[in-house]
This record gives sequence, C-alpha cells and structure tokens, in this order.
Amino acid sequence: MTTQEWKFTAKDIAEKPDLFLAGHRACAGCGPATVFRMIMKATRGPTIVTEATGCMEVVSSIYPYTSWAVPWLHTAFETSASNASGIEAALKIMKKKGRLNHEHVDVIAFAGDGGTYDIGIQALSGAVERGHDFLFVLYDNEAYMNTGIQRSGGTPHGAATTTSPAGKSIPGKLEYKKPIADIMVAHNMPYVATASPYYWKDLMTKVRKGLEVEGPAFLHVFAPCPRGWRSDPAKSMEYSKLAVESCVFPVWESVNGHCQLSIPSKLISLAPQKKRPVDEYLKGQGRFRHIFKPQNKKLLVDVQRMTDARWECLLRKCGETPKTA
Amino acid sequence: MTHHNKNWKEIAPAGVCSKSSIGFLTGDWKTYTPVRDPEKCTRCVLCVIFCPDGAIKWHPEKNDIEFDYNFCKGCGICANQCPTNAITMRLEQESK
Amino acid sequence: MQKTVKQEMTALAGDQAVAYAVKQSDVDVVAAYPITPQTIIVEKFSEYVADGEVETEFVCVESEHSAMAASIAASATGARAFTATASAGLALMHEMLFVASGCRTPVVMAVANRALSAPLNIHGDHSDSMAQRDSGWIQLYAENSQEAYDSIIQAFRIAENLDVLLPVMVGLDGFTLSHTLENVETLPEEAVKEFVGVRKFPNVLTHNGKTAPFKLDPANPMTMGPIALQNYYFEFKRQQEEGMEHAVNVIQEVNNEYAKISGRSYGNGLVEKYCLEDAEVAAICLGSTAGTMKTVVDDLRQEGIKAGLLRLRTFRPLPVEEIRSALANVKALAVMDKCMSFGGNGGPVFHEFRHLFYDAAKRPYIVNYIYGLGGRDTSPRELRSIYETLQGILQTGCVEKPIQYLGLRG
Repeated sequence: MTTQEWKFTAKDIAEKPDLFLAGHRACAGCGPATVFRMIMKATRGPTIVTEATGCMEVVSSIYPYTSWAVPWLHTAFETSASNASGIEAALKIMKKKGRLNHEHVDVIAFAGDGGTYDIGIQALSGAVERGHDFLFVLYDNEAYMNTGIQRSGGTPHGAATTTSPAGKSIPGKLEYKKPIADIMVAHNMPYVATASPYYWKDLMTKVRKGLEVEGPAFLHVFAPCPRGWRSDPAKSMEYSKLAVESCVFPVWESVNGHCQLSIPSKLISLAPQKKRPVDEYLKGQGRFRHIFKPQNKKLLVDVQRMTDARWECLLRKCGETPKTA
Repeated sequence: MTHHNKNWKEIAPAGVCSKSSIGFLTGDWKTYTPVRDPEKCTRCVLCVIFCPDGAIKWHPEKNDIEFDYNFCKGCGICANQCPTNAITMRLEQESK
Repeated sequence: MQKTVKQEMTALAGDQAVAYAVKQSDVDVVAAYPITPQTIIVEKFSEYVADGEVETEFVCVESEHSAMAASIAASATGARAFTATASAGLALMHEMLFVASGCRTPVVMAVANRALSAPLNIHGDHSDSMAQRDSGWIQLYAENSQEAYDSIIQAFRIAENLDVLLPVMVGLDGFTLSHTLENVETLPEEAVKEFVGVRKFPNVLTHNGKTAPFKLDPANPMTMGPIALQNYYFEFKRQQEEGMEHAVNVIQEVNNEYAKISGRSYGNGLVEKYCLEDAEVAAICLGSTAGTMKTVVDDLRQEGIKAGLLRLRTFRPLPVEEIRSALANVKALAVMDKCMSFGGNGGPVFHEFRHLFYDAAKRPYIVNYIYGLGGRDTSPRELRSIYETLQGILQTGCVEKPIQYLGLRG
C-alpha cells in the first residue's frame, strides 16, 4: 500500500487497532503517548520497533507488562539507531538466506531528545551515513523527563529545567535548541521531516513516507510533556498547535534534500498575519513563567528574535520569500 | 492488579514480557472524568485520535464512540480538543 | 587421536585465523570497528565480503559501542552475530556487554587482548577483558593461533546452546598471537558449517499467551529488554547464573565433539593440565604465556624438579572443581596475572585462586606474579625464577612476598 492509496481519514485511523496498547503508564496528558499511538497506527505491515531508554520505553515495558503489539527491543539509552542497524542487517541477510518469513519488515527506532540530540547522536549519524533502511523517530519533549526534567540539547532557549533552573543570576537555559533536523538534512539522507501531533494527518503521512522511502528516514516530532513543562495536561494538543502557529516548531519535510513547508506552516508563510507571537505559546507553561517577569523582558524579546530568524531561514531554504505581517 | 510473582525458573529468559498492558488498568489514576453530551457530539473521532491512553473507542457498527474508563487517566485532552464542546470534565464523584 | 576430516595447513596470524573461522561459521551479521591489534580481523573479513566469499552482512559501525549494540540487535532478530575488538574498544562496549548477556543474545566476540590507557599502549596484556569479568560473558583464552581458530568455531556452539544462551568472548594475546604467523590447520568449510549448525531458539511464552521462538519476529511479537524492577530483576540475574553453570558442561562437550572432527582438544575445554600429576610446584596462567611456560617446565623436569602448569582456558565460568582437582597435590602455586587490580591486594586471577582454595581440603602456598603489562616481554629465565621461588617457599615454609612484579625495574 502506498501513501496515496491510504486515505488517512479520521475514522479509518480511529478504527485501526492500537499497536501501542492501552495500560501504559505514561502521565495523564502525555504528548509522546499520543504521538506513539499515531505513529504505530500509521505503520504499513510487519514492523520491528527498537527504542532508546527514556520515558516511553519505561512506561510501556514495566515487566511483566508490555504495551507493544509488535516485536520490540530496548538495549540502552544511546543505542536506538545502532540497534536499528543490527536489526536491519539481520533482516536483510536472513531474507537472502531464506530464513525470514516476511517479504519485508519495517524497522522503526524511537528515541527522545536525550537519545537523539545528545547521547545518541553518534550512533544516529553513523547509522544514517551507512544508509540502513529504517525510520528514526525523535519524540521531542525538550528535556530529560524520565530522570526528572534535566536540560538537553533539545531544550529551548529560556526554558527552566532542573539543571537549567531559573535562578537569580541565570534565567533558565541560556543556549539555543540544536537544529537537529537540519543536521540530519546535512547527512544527505533521503527523507527528513518535522511534525506535530495536533496535525495528526500530516504526522501520519510523514510516518508512511519515512517507511516507504528506501534508506534512512528521520522524523522529528513535537511532543509536549505536561509534567516537565509544568503545563495543563489537557492542553498538550493545544501546545502542539500553538508551537506550529507561532513558528516555534514549523512543520516541513526534506525529500532528497529538497525542502518544503508542510501545509500548516505553508499557510502561515502565505498569510504572515496568522503567525502568532511566541508569548501566546510560552504563557501557561511553567517552564517559561520567569520569562514574563519584568527583569527578563530581554529574554522574551530574544526568544521572539531567534524564532523569527529561524523561521526566515527555513523560508529561504524552502524557496519562500519571507514576508512581514 | 495484583499478581503472583513467579520464581526464576518459571519466567521466560531476558525479560520477555508475559502480559499485555491491556491487563493493567490505569483508570483509577483520574481525578476528573470525561462526560459526553451525545447530542452535541458529531462523531468526528478527534478525541479517539488525540487520547494518549487509547481510552476512547470508535465503534463503526454503532457509529459512535465509547469511553473506556478502565484506562482513562482524566487528562482532559478530549474535552479541550472537542470542536463542539461535547465533552466536559467532572470530578469523579460528580460524574457517577 | 584419529582425525576424521582432512585439514589444510596454512600460515595464519591469530587475527587471520579468527577471520577465517568466522568466514566458515555461517555468520549472518558482523558489526565491528577497527582497533589495534584486532584490525586484521575486520580487514580480512572485509576482503571476504568484498570478494563475495561470505554470505554475511558486514556493518562497518562508527564505534565499538554501536558494534555491540548492533550485534545484540542482530542476534535478537535471530541472526548469528560476531564482533571483535580490543582494549579501549572493549572498555567502550562495557555498558553493552551487560546488555548482551542480560538479553541472552549469544554474540561471539574475539578480543585481541591489549593494555588500557593511560599511558596509551597498543601491546598485549589482559587488562581489557579482565575488566569485563563480571559482565556475564563466557571468557575463553587461546594459547596460540590454532586455538584462536578452533575456539571461535566452538564459541558459536557454546553461546547458542539453549541451556547456555550467553555471549562468548575469545581472547587472543595482542601481537603475540594476533600478528604472529603460525601454522594453523583449518577444517573444510562444510565440516565447520555442519559443526556450528543453524541457530536454534528456545520457545518462550509471550504476552499474547503464545509460545514462540525467542527472537524478534512480526509473526510472534515479543518484548525484549524491558524494565524489570525490584520484583523481577533479581530473578533474571539468577537465570544468567544458571546459564553459566550449564556452560561448564557444554564447553567440555563441545571440546570433545570438536576433537572428533579435528583431532584437537584443549585439556577438557576448561583447563589444560601440563605435567601436573605429581607436581609439587606449579604455575597457572592464561593465554600465550603457557607456550613458553611449557618449555620451562620441560627443562625443570629434566633437572628432576617436580614442576607443572595449569593453563586456564575458561576463565568464566570459573571451573572451580576442575581447578581444585587438577591442583590437589600441588604444594606451592604461582598465579600469573597479566593485569592489575589496583588496591585489590593482587591481580584478578590471583583473587579467584585464593578464594577457591579457601574451603579446599588442602591448600597450597599461593604467590601472585603480575607480569607482562603493556606487552613487556617475559623471558624463559624470568619464568624459571618463579619455580625457583616456589621451591624456596617449600623449603622455608614461608611466603615472604605474596605479590610479586615479574620483569619490573626497581
């Protein structure tokens, strides 16, 4: 089945049985849990999943219980991509030797921001360079949530975490979020995309594309964490929407190096007045509360400045002309 | 929720899980319970798609959705995202 | 012993012998990263791949950590997986070694034993693999290139045995074996393939209530490598120990069976006894040192000295009973360590031997010799001095210096 054939209507998706099963122990309102359900519903056939140590690994595999309806392997924190390499290599040779009972098996590697931006980036870069046929999914909740909300390379500028607290002299994380998807594009890999679960159809279509492409695919998914962001659990999908509308997390894809905006972000590029100021996205999240204090006004300005600069850079990459609202 | 912990000779090697989490009910975590007004509900199934816990089921044969309170953790995403405000979150004792 | 299979004599360095054994063993996935003195293994194997001589996926990974992660994952998927490393590479794998044994993935690994930094040193000692003592891996140490070849083939049978299901590392001394040409008798490929067979899987109960072969297969989904907490982690560790206990027998069985096709065996597979029957003074060592040590023992025997040698081929599982019975009549024993256990009151092998004699009926005097670190050469003369010291202990009835450094200046 190809992406074109599969309709992705809401009811088709709702009807499809979960492969990431209920009874997992993610927090109420967990963004990544929604992301995982969607991604597993977008798979196309026999699939093996491997996952880095992290929240979603832990909540879905507390022995003797498992939330995985597909074969699943966890080994360590930094090994999601290297595990995928081994699985893919094994499938390839076993098929050649007639020891595989399937025509094709998809391989998906999940990792959080820690397992991707930081400790897992070497294994990821290596696996992509070697060209293994697998889909790497980064579920980005923007800090080490499993160990208690420590900052990662994916934590945004200004955010308070337990290792970048908003103190009297340092107002949260000073560094900027690492442009991980751009780094992956620079690997000249066939498919790179960013997605946000509010735009579920866009996300699931990208999962399909990532699986269908031959060779490595990288999918960067925005995944709000109410616990770590000090945000209302009911608003995880709302923040997924606001992040895109404020251009804090634009959605786009790069197919063989050709970069283009996906519809939700494309609409903003066409009608810049729809681009919402970052404070609409930041407010309500406890991790950014200090930014709104008078003494941190400069920080808020800086977050907006950096968001705009990255958005304009993306527009240029996608061949769009930056317009002002 | 309790089970007899097996001894080391009785379990599969390497931690191969022996139970599906479908048998681990998380419904008792919630403070608030989603309650739907069937009149307002358009069966758009967005709540089914957005639910982190797979706790809302779509039944095509009934053309209707159903909450599975055994798993619902009461996060309120369904109520927040419902385009017609058909779902309200109520304190558990109020909803009964 | 009668040879049942016609073999070929080839001049091979230890690394080449390992690569050749892997080539013959129907290995599905090799994931490896080069490091001195293991490089020849991956180079040679790459040639086999480039020339289409093997049906193996060679994954040229970007680090040893990924080499082990990929090997574990390939093995979990049902493949026969091999890797090779040394020194810093093995140290980098450390985390994953525990995962390999904990996941019960029967990966086989050659370790071209080499010193650990700092200072940087590329030469042979056992610091690298001794530091992995408690990682849950079976450890075999080869005396020569022939044994390296034979042990790799045997390792697949040992690791994949359903009662064992543990990873195996085969140590060969860096440069002394890895880079030195020796005559190696090789079996025909068909004989090796038949010996190693096709990998089998135990049946396990999955979360679907089904019994299925223990591997990642979409036909029978199972969850491998979950989080097991206070209520179950301990049970899984006990299972691993059971695998080790079974390995004591399986290593002997495989050694015997291999002897039937090759005519070669290494003691009982666990320990090799040399002139021990009536020995009063004996040394124990691992790896290539045994070759030199045997000539020293021969010389001493000619002089009428009752000297003997025990070569420990299998370090994990430690063959406690076999060691005790082999050394039952020895009065003074020198334990050789090509490794330090800093602040530990002697080297790691010494610790093991002292501990296993604690509740033995008769206990010999035991002296520890730390030697050969960073590839420091050890001469027959120095080895001979060990036996002389042991004789002195028998005369005085006193161990003056239980821990000695052989070949160290000052």
